[in-house]
Amino acid sequence: MMPIGHYLFLSLALLLIGAIGVVTRRNVIIVLMSIELILNAVNINLVAFSRYYGDVAGQIFALFIIADAAAEASVGLGIMIAFFRNRETVLADEMDLLKW
Amino acid sequence: MNSPGYFLAHLWLIPLFPLLGAAVMFFVGRHLSKEAVNLFCVGSVSLSFVHALGAVLVLFAHSPDARVYQQILFPWVTPGAMPSSVGMVNFVGDWGYLLDPLSCVMVLVVTFVGFLIHVYSIGYMAHEGGYYRFFGYLNLFLFSMLTLVLANNLLLLFVGWEGVGLCSYLLIGFYFLKKSAADAGKKAFIVNRIGDTGFILGLMLVAATFGTVRFTSQGLGDSASFPGILQTLAGLTAQHQAQFAYGAPIFTAMALLLFVGATGKSAQIPLYVWLPDAMEGPTPVSALIHAATMVTAGVYMVARMNAIYQLAPIAMDVVAIIGALTAIFAATMAVAQTDIKKVLAYSTISQLGYMFLALGVGAFASGIFHLMTHAFFKALLFLGAGSVIHSLSGEQDIRKMGGLWNTIPATSRPFRIATLAIAGIPPLSGFFSKDEILGHAFNRHLMMDRYLGLWAVGLVTAALTSFYMFRLLYETFFGMSRIPVEMEGHIHESPKSMTTPLWILAFFSIVSGWLALPALWGEESPFERFLEPSLRGVETDTGRIVFAQHDLLKEYLLMGASVSAALAGLWLARKLYLENPKLHGQIAAAWPRLHRVLVHKYFVDEIYDALFVNRTKDLSTAFGWFDGQIIDGLGVDGAGWLTRVFSRISMWWDKWIVDGLVNFVGWFPNFLSMPVRMFQTGIFSTYAFFILIGLAILLGYYGHHVQSLARSLR
Repeated sequence: MMPIGHYLFLSLALLLIGAIGVVTRRNVIIVLMSIELILNAVNINLVAFSRYYGDVAGQIFALFIIADAAAEASVGLGIMIAFFRNRETVLADEMDLLKW
Repeated sequence: MNSPGYFLAHLWLIPLFPLLGAAVMFFVGRHLSKEAVNLFCVGSVSLSFVHALGAVLVLFAHSPDARVYQQILFPWVTPGAMPSSVGMVNFVGDWGYLLDPLSCVMVLVVTFVGFLIHVYSIGYMAHEGGYYRFFGYLNLFLFSMLTLVLANNLLLLFVGWEGVGLCSYLLIGFYFLKKSAADAGKKAFIVNRIGDTGFILGLMLVAATFGTVRFTSQGLGDSASFPGILQTLAGLTAQHQAQFAYGAPIFTAMALLLFVGATGKSAQIPLYVWLPDAMEGPTPVSALIHAATMVTAGVYMVARMNAIYQLAPIAMDVVAIIGALTAIFAATMAVAQTDIKKVLAYSTISQLGYMFLALGVGAFASGIFHLMTHAFFKALLFLGAGSVIHSLSGEQDIRKMGGLWNTIPATSRPFRIATLAIAGIPPLSGFFSKDEILGHAFNRHLMMDRYLGLWAVGLVTAALTSFYMFRLLYETFFGMSRIPVEMEGHIHESPKSMTTPLWILAFFSIVSGWLALPALWGEESPFERFLEPSLRGVETDTGRIVFAQHDLLKEYLLMGASVSAALAGLWLARKLYLENPKLHGQIAAAWPRLHRVLVHKYFVDEIYDALFVNRTKDLSTAFGWFDGQIIDGLGVDGAGWLTRVFSRISMWWDKWIVDGLVNFVGWFPNFLSMPVRMFQTGIFSTYAFFILIGLAILLGYYGHHVQSLARSLR
């Protein structure tokens, strides 16, 4: 059996890649994809610990998160399409309406 | 009077007919044909005349003392409490009509002469523009004049008084495109306003003294519920108080103030100057308004207020003297005039002076008698003059007339009758009325010496009247024709509608004097007896106006004097203008100064211009300067400037202090929030970055927990 550290490392790597993607990428589609990475990092974490402790609850949570990620992606893309129709852009730094 | 009958009960219709005629003319007259205008306007006046005649005849059937009919249509000035010499009274101004012998005479003269002149105007105005307007004004005039003579109180009389003044103004200025006509209208209006000032003051004094302006309560009821001046006056004098005694200053003041009004309306010295200029109006207007009716309103008013005048001997003397002076003064001016209408205008002034002379010596009935006869022959003279002018296509200068006697016989014959009447040749009407005035003046002299001068002036005026009238007659109708040759062919007799009224007036110019015929054999004149109830005044213990006893021989001597005066004038005019036409020119050349003064009417207009008109203009200029410089300049413009200065200050304060404070309130939090605001980029990547930073700090702080957690997991 593989030690849990490997899983955690992979999870951490995915989290960091996702986080950096969210912060640095201008294209919102890619930001959404980065968020998926973060969620998947969480999934790996949950599944790994589920296996480690022999508790199935972690895997059930992972399933929830997969469903949630699908919902989040569809809502996010819907917002993007609506936004694109209005502003003809998908670049994050041009979405500055919340500014003071 | 139990049942007054149709004519008396419908007294109010008499002024109403012309008013309706005028209303129709003013509202729809523009669209009516001349025939329709004739129907409405002449018809309304004829209806008026018929009603007036009916009412007078019904009234005449009563006994002399019951010949008063009074009706109140409605309270015009509504009752209000007013202090007066008889205590607090409920003052009321009626719209009411009074028919008594005095107004009988006036209403008949006005409607009858008015009717004839309306008929005459159909022919005279046939070729003139503004036909309906002319007749509308004429009808409006008749309404006002009838209101004036039928009014049962002084206030309503004043309404008519101003109404006729307005119509006079409108009709003098009928040809308003002509500057002289417009100016003459204004002059008449303004001069009359001066007189009216006196009238209004007199009116107020009467109201304040008697607490009523109604002439009499007779014909209405008891004098307590319907107070009248006559009854109140009788009550006041009966109390024997000094302030209401014979000759009391208050009566003198009243009489004189009202007389000021009369001098304006009836063209007496010093306010006569408007009447000659009024000849700018169409000739029928001169005949109706400026000869027969309106200008006699002053005479009527004084006769109407005779009760007050009889208590004011000083005012009576003033009236007589002004009348006599006006009579002779205007007669001398008439001598040198060359405009046919101007001669008649000065003659009118002179004859009005005669009437005031009669009133002033206390012969009120004689004054009214002369008013009536004068209305006939002077209207005839004016209409005849109008007919001459019409025949000569507008020529008014008697130096360019002559020899018209047989060319226009239907005009010249009545004109001669009128001339004989005004000159006082018996048995025409002017002889009787003038002789009565002179007789009364002389009879007053026999009681009081100072009236001799008045009589003498009257006699000289009679001679002058005869002279200038025959001069006019000879110049116009006799002698060589001086009409320019190119005009000769155009001379035409006036139409029937113009000459028929002339003949009717000529008839009355002859016979109207015969109402005083019994005076010839020493009896009282029936006309005087008829008027007596209206002119009785009030009973007082002292100061009745007394005339010397009738004495037939003396009367005949007086008649002889006045007839010889008239004949002397006739003879002189015949010599100078008919038998030796060159002579008058030589006389004028012999006394150039005198002639110049007469031609220029004693320079009275020039003197008035210099003394009053131009001074008034100077005053207006000064006031204008004051208005422009002080009121507008300092006051209005200064206030504007000051407001602007203050608003500048106010604006500065608003902008920098008030608004500044408001802006500061906004700016200050803005300034404070500057560092916080920096984090709000609006770009979600930044927020995500901050979240990560926060997460990292959180994890860094709680790191040892994580470590211990990890250790426990191992």
